[in-house]
Amino acid sequence: MNHITKKFLASAMLGTLLAFSAHAATLNIHNGGDPTSLDPQKLSGDWENRIAGDIFEGLVTEDAKDNPIPAQAESWTVSDDGKVYTFKLRDGIKWSDGQPVTAGDFVFALQRIMDPKNAADYAYLQSTIKNAEKINKGEITDFNQLGVKAIDDKTLEITLENPTPYFINALMHYTAYPLPKHVVEAKGQDWVKIGNIVTNGPYKPTEWVPGSHVTTVKNDQWYGVKDLKIDGAKFFVLEDQEAALKRYRAGEFDILTDFPTDQYEWMKTNLPGQAHVAPFAGLYYYVVNSTKPPFSDKRVRQALSMAINREVIGPQILGTGELPAYSWVPPGTANYGEPAYVSWKDMPYGEKVAEAKKLLQEAGFGPDKPLHAVLSYNTNDNHKRIAVAIASMWKPLGVNVELVNAETKVHYDQMQRGQVEIGRAGWLADYNDPDNFLNLLVTGVQMNYGRWSNPEYDKLIKEGNAQTDLAKRAEIFKKAEQLALDESAAMPIYYYVSKNVVSPKIEGFVDNVQDIHRTRWLSMKE
Amino acid sequence: MIKYALRRLLSTIPVLWIAVTACFFVLRLAPGGPFDGERPLPPVIMKNLAAHYNLDKPLIQQYLIYVGDLLKGDLGPSFASEDFTVGQQIMIGLPYTFTIGTAAFLLAILVGITVGCLGALYQNKTPDYVLGALILIGVVLPNFLIAPILQLVFGIRLAWLPVGGWGDGSFKFLIMPIVVLALPHAGRISRITRGSMIEVMSQNFIRTAKAKGIGARLTVMRHALKPAMMPVVSYLGPAASYLLTGSLVVESVFGLPGIGRYFINAALNRDYGMVLGTVIFYMVLIVFLNLLVDIAYAWLDPKVRNR
Repeated sequence: MNHITKKFLASAMLGTLLAFSAHAATLNIHNGGDPTSLDPQKLSGDWENRIAGDIFEGLVTEDAKDNPIPAQAESWTVSDDGKVYTFKLRDGIKWSDGQPVTAGDFVFALQRIMDPKNAADYAYLQSTIKNAEKINKGEITDFNQLGVKAIDDKTLEITLENPTPYFINALMHYTAYPLPKHVVEAKGQDWVKIGNIVTNGPYKPTEWVPGSHVTTVKNDQWYGVKDLKIDGAKFFVLEDQEAALKRYRAGEFDILTDFPTDQYEWMKTNLPGQAHVAPFAGLYYYVVNSTKPPFSDKRVRQALSMAINREVIGPQILGTGELPAYSWVPPGTANYGEPAYVSWKDMPYGEKVAEAKKLLQEAGFGPDKPLHAVLSYNTNDNHKRIAVAIASMWKPLGVNVELVNAETKVHYDQMQRGQVEIGRAGWLADYNDPDNFLNLLVTGVQMNYGRWSNPEYDKLIKEGNAQTDLAKRAEIFKKAEQLALDESAAMPIYYYVSKNVVSPKIEGFVDNVQDIHRTRWLSMKE
Repeated sequence: MIKYALRRLLSTIPVLWIAVTACFFVLRLAPGGPFDGERPLPPVIMKNLAAHYNLDKPLIQQYLIYVGDLLKGDLGPSFASEDFTVGQQIMIGLPYTFTIGTAAFLLAILVGITVGCLGALYQNKTPDYVLGALILIGVVLPNFLIAPILQLVFGIRLAWLPVGGWGDGSFKFLIMPIVVLALPHAGRISRITRGSMIEVMSQNFIRTAKAKGIGARLTVMRHALKPAMMPVVSYLGPAASYLLTGSLVVESVFGLPGIGRYFINAALNRDYGMVLGTVIFYMVLIVFLNLLVDIAYAWLDPKVRNR
């Protein structure tokens, strides 16, 4: 029997054993894509976050509603200037091999993620830590200068560059998870392989078949293991949403993390109460290349934005009821309150179109001189439907739209090079804070695809981020948001919704704005 | 024969090299890189990633590094799955693809030849029309249409079979993917068998056999089947390659972890190493299968053997 056959049979046998041993309370989750890695410092997708957040735990974690709660840290204090956080670690926290989790493991992990050699995609999410960016850029090579220090095994001190009100939220992210220094140093890159990997979360991975699934079981070393209702989970790779829905209907999946939007109506009738559509901290928008005439003219941008009938996109074009977006920061974002809105938000649609026509005429366009615009989007049925609908909404203004479709990599490559006139984009919050959205319009920021630039806006964002008083900070940010909306910096279209399908036998699933649902909060009815 | 096989094998080396070189450069010319996406990474991270994967070096140097590693048997890293190299991923996916592909191949041959022979024996009679119509459905309906129909009927309505997944590798999980994969090839094999069999059955040596009083079934089995298989065998090489390489839709719809899905996903993700790895793997496989077909052909036809 050769090596491959042995491996294959072993995997099949292990699968069978696991299927029998953990049948009753194993959660079967349709997870979408294949994880890049089980190493939390190599991830960037929400499908990876689902696994990482079950098997690792940071200083702070999410409750069922996605609010931060103490996790590996039992408490923390913040210095008066808002820059120094001191965390007291929980007693008795251990890695899954029984070794204690120490403050040193956090220091090790944060130094490792900033190490340019590790090329971690998401290192910048912790760039608020003192010297983090400089270390990541290679400007500082002494990692001890990173603002993270182990006072003793139980006490961790983190110093920030500036006061950052969302820092505790950012600590929930997998980029802030600790790593088992003793295993990483002993096994090198292979530390993350099944058989070597050691984790500190409620669950630990026992099997990974690329292209198929990752299996986890309870981590009996985790401090709260006795409260876990689910024995383990299987995170299935399946990007075909139609196929996933069929497997859900056949009872093979307990949770779907996405579904085809055109099936929503059918599900409401045939799977009542099982489809969860909820507001999600994300914005679907179009960028307009502000460096390219005539789109450099604010009137043209505003006219195009005003003529988009947002009210019909969610309910009629997508069918899942996404809410129309008239602000840049989605409502419900933490540390903010009510966002700023475009001044014409409540105008009847007919008046908006009339005003848009007027604006375009003022800018020199009309029936005699139609405006030609190229609208680019990445391959996806929904993006196509929306682009076609919006092109038809612009038609009465005398705008001739040329639709250009490209696969995702090509589309974003062109967007970054500034090669599009109008382009589709979307943003899902990494952390629950207005800065995460407002930053997209700052001059020179990579995600600022429309290259809109306003010194006043940049100044306000900088000022807001330096402000420790949350109420004042929100006020400054709102001023910036209003400025961007008044200038039609980009065209917000709708706020994303999360789309899950949850079996009636699952309890504890709470919709939340970041669409994070850790297995530890769930239970299963027999 | 061995000399012939060796010569064939050696002649594939330059072909393989040209294909790898062309694929390497064409991939790099395609717009968009492995780390472009909906969330652009900060320049410093992009720089670190490029350095980590040697993408910051001149293209020709990258090519030489790749070919050097390849000669050492290293297919390089995968950008999309950092915990496994390209070689490791192919080895992990191969047993799944191979199991489904081989079973579908055998099923297609069995069904195709049986139906083809029956069609020839009952030429222009009811069984021929009925079987022909059924087989036509398999040929004309694409597998991305048949698969969901089977899933709905046998997976959801009747709940006889699992809708997808590898499960524990048990037979019930494999039935639908194998059938879907085999169906179009069974159809084509049956059409080829039927046509070839009708032609053979009209030849003199068959008439002689019939004149000797040998029954129709025995005539087919003993005298007609072997010569009638020549065009079928010609088709089996491409069919085998297709079944092993073209299971993309089936693997995707049924959520199977085989390597059929790697290629397209890798191409879309600009996972250069993975694309090249799968291209090399499939090329070697196709060359090997074609060689097997040639050997089978020589066995079936003495004229080829003695050439």
